[in-house]
Amino acid sequence: MKADPHGVLTGTHFLDGDHACCEGALAAGARFAAGYPITPSTEVVERFAARVPTVGGTFIQMEDELAASIALQGGVWGGAKAFTVTSGPGFSLMMEHIGYAAMTETPCVFVDVQRGGPSTGLPTLPAQADMMQARWGSHGDYEIIALCPNSPQECFDLTIKAFNFAEEYRVPVMFMMDEVVGHMTEKVVIPPADEIEVTPRKHTHKSVEDYLPYATNGDEMAHAGEGYKFHVTGLTHDERGYPNMTPPVQDKLVRRLQNKIRSAADRICLFEEERLHDADVVVVSYGITSRVAQRAIDAARNRGLRVGKLRLITAWPFPEKKIADLAAHVKAFVVPELNLGQMVREVERAANGKAKTFAVSHAGGGVHNPDEILNAIVEASRC
Amino acid sequence: MLNILDDTANPVEPFLRSDRMPHIWCPGCGIGTTVNSFARALIDSKIDLESLALVSGIGCTGRVAGYVKLDSFHTTHGRAIPFATGLKLANPKLNVVVYSGDGDLSAIGGNHLIHAARRNIDLKVICVNNLIYAMTGGQTAPTTPGHATTSTNPYGTFEPAFNLPHLVEAAGAVYVARWTTFHVRQLARSISEAFQKKGFSFIEVISPCPTLYQRRNKMGDGLDTMKYYKEKSKIKNGAPTSEVGLTLNGEIVVGKFVDRDRPDYQTMMRAQYVEILGERYIEESEMECVCG
Repeated sequence: MKADPHGVLTGTHFLDGDHACCEGALAAGARFAAGYPITPSTEVVERFAARVPTVGGTFIQMEDELAASIALQGGVWGGAKAFTVTSGPGFSLMMEHIGYAAMTETPCVFVDVQRGGPSTGLPTLPAQADMMQARWGSHGDYEIIALCPNSPQECFDLTIKAFNFAEEYRVPVMFMMDEVVGHMTEKVVIPPADEIEVTPRKHTHKSVEDYLPYATNGDEMAHAGEGYKFHVTGLTHDERGYPNMTPPVQDKLVRRLQNKIRSAADRICLFEEERLHDADVVVVSYGITSRVAQRAIDAARNRGLRVGKLRLITAWPFPEKKIADLAAHVKAFVVPELNLGQMVREVERAANGKAKTFAVSHAGGGVHNPDEILNAIVEASRC
Repeated sequence: MLNILDDTANPVEPFLRSDRMPHIWCPGCGIGTTVNSFARALIDSKIDLESLALVSGIGCTGRVAGYVKLDSFHTTHGRAIPFATGLKLANPKLNVVVYSGDGDLSAIGGNHLIHAARRNIDLKVICVNNLIYAMTGGQTAPTTPGHATTSTNPYGTFEPAFNLPHLVEAAGAVYVARWTTFHVRQLARSISEAFQKKGFSFIEVISPCPTLYQRRNKMGDGLDTMKYYKEKSKIKNGAPTSEVGLTLNGEIVVGKFVDRDRPDYQTMMRAQYVEILGERYIEESEMECVCG
């Protein structure tokens, strides 16, 4: 369906990534947000709090991130598209409810504007060190989708994509910004509402008698107040949503939750590639680091090095096939990231020994010097 | 359909998921009794069941959500109130009941409890207080009276307990009552009254856990507890909540303690937006359907 024009601020704007993310959420149809203040993410909900009363929705500032991350799921089952926004310390608190959303198949979006950690770390400075937490942070086996914008324009465009994925797969989607992308201001073009495709909620068409909330991969959702009298639980449950804590039901449920994302990985995975046709070395990057890497790639090409670019737009599911295919043709991957080695492990795993992997780590608090990435490209070219 | 003239049918059965029986609660447990009173209150107050949602947290009382034939949500430990807050704000037409235990609502969920009362979110909270953590084996709760023996205070508790009616009144609740599972009719009446209130209502139900609290404290079985509730309960409507704290084996002050009016969260929110934004304000109930 097309976007509700009430939420779409069509035009050309000069926005930072946080504000653009808010506009993306409104364009995607988000009409409920629950948040808790935390730097460097708060601007997203500040803008939402200002905008949403004029488009027909609600913002509430909750007492903590535990509350925010479950209030939004109440909003979803009440019939709204909903999201919350946080940064590292708050993201840690939200893990409980990322698991609940995965288990109950509640479509929703968690925005994490990453800052340096661990713990309170660097409140106002960037990092990309929550990437593994986004994938594995809650207990138990589950799958999520995670997106990594690298510009305010992408903060707008990909927030819509995040909501659409959430609805399509009935899964919590992690929107993994970083402090630099959140606070950099650039041109953001917001198209007319009739040019924005939004995925509607997969609401059941079945009668009350025939309705099974957990029979399939997500085309069976109902909302409270419609007469379905359905049950939702974080316990292991059967197709009716009733608790059933037996190994066969656990096996069926957890495998289904995992397979609905794994089996669709090819359709979900988004990446940007450049000059891969003749590449010996591929720089794999995401978020703000991809823009620093661009300078290093250009400099390396100017020196005659055959280097290509693979920018991850979805970090999760990880584009394993793409890396495996490239590994068969290239000498090495160079993986710069604002952490001490997270996504590089995935690259290494997917390359499976067929190509070397060079991490260019940075503990956060700033971005790489492009020369560090260039040096790694030079070293990788020689291997 | 409910037919109260047919005495072969249990009148509360239409409110239950019969296909989930038998329930998990122990013999002598009071939670089922509270559900019975809740169902009676639904009959009496003629609430539209299709617009009624029930939210529970984790624990023995948390399982209520799984047994009632309503839109029902069994959430995470302590988080029933914030989930219910989101549900109510996104869908203001719903009547939202939070049904959970003392440990869930006042320990891990204690922060949410006081903030929902402060905001005066229009929720009806039924707190079944069995004075311990029962599901996990009888550990000390914030409500356990001093000197009671629990699995984590095997030599007796010594930390002061919460007086829940006092806590929620101070935080801003508009309706506060307490009954025991002996007072089934009074409890049903209080639940019906809470449905007439707009704002944060809190009903505490003192309930036995014969398996883990009564037994460990040598208080007898379920029937002995009913006798205790009958003999030691004192109805004091309007009693100052500062004076209704519980003691081990002591008097239990019951009754309706608080019944007052102040605007609920959504009323205040709308008034503020109308005052500042005027015609630019679009009420959330005018939201477009997300279903396409």
